[in-house]
Amino acid sequence: MEDVVFLLLCVSSAAAQLCAPDASNGYKVRLSILAALGDEAYLWNDSEMFLFRAALAFAMRTADGQNYDVSNVLVCDETPRVSFWFVVTSPLNPTQLVERRQVEEAVRKSRNRINSAFLLTDKTLEFLGIPPTLAAPAPPSPPPWLIVFGVVMGAAGAGIVLVLVTSVMQKRRKKKEEQTGIDEVEEESRAEENGTASDGVYNLSFSDNDRLTQM
Amino acid sequence: MDTPGSAEQMQDDEPKDIAERPKWDNKVQYLLTCIGFAVGLGNVWRFPYLCQTYGGGAFLIPYAIALVFEGLPLLHMELAIGQRLRMGSIGVWNSISPYMGGLGVASLAVSFLVGLFYNMILAWILWYFFHSFQSPLPWRDCPINLNHTGYVSECEKGSAVNYFWYRETLNITPNIETSGSFQWWLVLCLATAWCLVYICFIRGIETIGKAIYVTVTFPYLVLTIFLIRSLTLPGATDGLIYLFTPDWETLKNPDVWLDASTQIFFSLSLAFGGLIAFSSYNVQKNDCERDALIVGLVNSFTSIYASIPIFAILGFKANENFNKCRNWNILRLTNSFNIGDENITLENYDDWFNYFNNTDPSEVESLNLKTCNLQTFLDESASGTGLAFIVFTEAVIHMPGSQVWAVLFFIMLFSLGLSSMFGNLEGVLTPLLDLNIIPAWIPKEVFTGLICLTSFTVALIFTLGSGNYWLGIFNNYVGSMPLLIIAFFEIISVVYIYGINRFNDDIEWMTGRRPNIFWQATWRFISPLMLLVVFVAYVVVEAEKRPTYNAWNPDYVNFPLADVQHYPEWVYTICVLLSVLPIVSIPLVAFYRFMGFLKKYIMNRNNPNPYQNE
Repeated sequence: MEDVVFLLLCVSSAAAQLCAPDASNGYKVRLSILAALGDEAYLWNDSEMFLFRAALAFAMRTADGQNYDVSNVLVCDETPRVSFWFVVTSPLNPTQLVERRQVEEAVRKSRNRINSAFLLTDKTLEFLGIPPTLAAPAPPSPPPWLIVFGVVMGAAGAGIVLVLVTSVMQKRRKKKEEQTGIDEVEEESRAEENGTASDGVYNLSFSDNDRLTQM
Repeated sequence: MDTPGSAEQMQDDEPKDIAERPKWDNKVQYLLTCIGFAVGLGNVWRFPYLCQTYGGGAFLIPYAIALVFEGLPLLHMELAIGQRLRMGSIGVWNSISPYMGGLGVASLAVSFLVGLFYNMILAWILWYFFHSFQSPLPWRDCPINLNHTGYVSECEKGSAVNYFWYRETLNITPNIETSGSFQWWLVLCLATAWCLVYICFIRGIETIGKAIYVTVTFPYLVLTIFLIRSLTLPGATDGLIYLFTPDWETLKNPDVWLDASTQIFFSLSLAFGGLIAFSSYNVQKNDCERDALIVGLVNSFTSIYASIPIFAILGFKANENFNKCRNWNILRLTNSFNIGDENITLENYDDWFNYFNNTDPSEVESLNLKTCNLQTFLDESASGTGLAFIVFTEAVIHMPGSQVWAVLFFIMLFSLGLSSMFGNLEGVLTPLLDLNIIPAWIPKEVFTGLICLTSFTVALIFTLGSGNYWLGIFNNYVGSMPLLIIAFFEIISVVYIYGINRFNDDIEWMTGRRPNIFWQATWRFISPLMLLVVFVAYVVVEAEKRPTYNAWNPDYVNFPLADVQHYPEWVYTICVLLSVLPIVSIPLVAFYRFMGFLKKYIMNRNNPNPYQNE
């Protein structure tokens, strides 16, 4: 019994030595559950911690291929902020830590899965030292502003053509009216030139209707 | 000397005039067009800034005084002479006195030059309008750099809104000597702007009169919507208090009076010749005094009405930034001392801060917490393009339904600018038509098209990388001093050369009553004196300092602060030319006419004509 207790103590102290704040191969994690979820926030307890360690083990498995287990993820320095440090030990040798860069790669690869396990985002589940890969910009085909521009320009062009066409037609109509108007005025003036027609009654027998009578 | 005949003679010529000259469909059209010309972008983005800078409510006093003693008399005079003499600016001044014909040419030149850069501003507004149909708005986020590790450094150091304006819209060069190339997207927007202007302007006042029903009333609708929305935003009251709290001390500063006078002057769009052109299409028996009062008062009312939603929204923005600043501090404290998140709130922040400061002052010191002051954020106001494209766009991001507000805002700005453009272009078109220099076989549509095409081509300089700097030059040097000079000579010509008594008779004939003592006093003495004082003060203030401009230089040491640079010599020469060339026509034409008069006089002396009765 004492041996078991002694062994446990040894292991935990070894674990404590492996995982410490500012560990060279460890990362600090910070969660902002209340900020992210507000009323639907869950309480951070040991089960949630277990989920985190499992998620991280999953990430390491996906990146590495080796059989990482929950016990390979050591956590320490938990604070009420909900922040803690973690290190990852190699499944082949529990006393050896996995390199920082490998952990970073694994986290980067499965960042989305880890985030969704906790209903959090890159901003509310922070791995200090692992900047989130920013979303690639959307392909601009065609850029939306050109579409709006095309619509407005097309409407403007159509408007210009419409106004020009209507003004041309108006001018033609006016010219035709003027032409007939001039003819009428000419006719009247010719009739009046025949004498003092303005004084008396206009005598039809003297009107100039050569135009109408064909000879 | 050919002076216009008496009123009775003009009456005989009337039927011929009415048959040839286009006219307004109704009085409302005419009033709306004048209001649209006067109410422009300046009412929205210059007046609120001046109001806030010069002590809020106290600014209304010099503004009102300038309106009553400078703005309204000049406005009444321009509308009266245009209506009486029924010609554009060149014809009017030629009629009053051939020696003053240069005034008309000067007005035409200024109208043309102002129209160039004003439409560039409309092109920028269109660009932002086109981009308002995206979600999220493109000026909300910084673009990501090439290797996807972070944001573009120029954007991070400045802000996303600044980056979108200076880099993605203008693609601005670090200084005015570097011209850069033509920005094709700006050329497209400028072409669109000119096409839209052309549609409305194509047949002169016939088409303008139809367009203004929409372009003049729509901004008021949008302003009302914004007013209602902005008053419900948090922080709106802070902005309004900041705007209207009177600081009576500022009244002692002469700059306030100078700025109030120049603001009322440019706001009413006097001396452009546009108002003369518009009133020349009126029937002669029209109450121009009442029209002048309506236009002047509506213009001022619009300025004050527009400043309420603008400052409510600026107060909202300042509030947002203030909270962001404080939340940043809260996060720093939370992360550093590892207490539960959301334990520190905006309300109990001070308690927590004091607690930590007492227990671990060195740690708190190392955090470099920001000092968040609402006043500092409220002071971050701007005028001109800075207000519309930087400050306001940032505010719009935070409002729910950003796209709707952005679209509404930019359509409103475009309508405001479009109706002012009509005045500018009419100030160019009407005098040219009256001069009869275009042959009769060229239809009016083609002529207006030529004007638009020429303006578009010359305005391409504003689409260069350094275009914004050139626009600032045009704005400061063309749209300011020449107008003051023109207005001064206008009022002197009418009062002392045409004769105030004859002018009074004309107005009595047109409106049915003689102008009262107020108009007499202001026309004869007060307004010319005020204009002279303002002009001299303006020149003195401007000549004191060597002109500088704010450059956007990413390599500047204190970037994102503006890199204040002096104009190089050749640019300064251009500035002076821009101020002088429009008004040089005044003495030139007078000199030319005087030469003609001298020649005739000498010829008559040497060869007396026995048949001449004189």
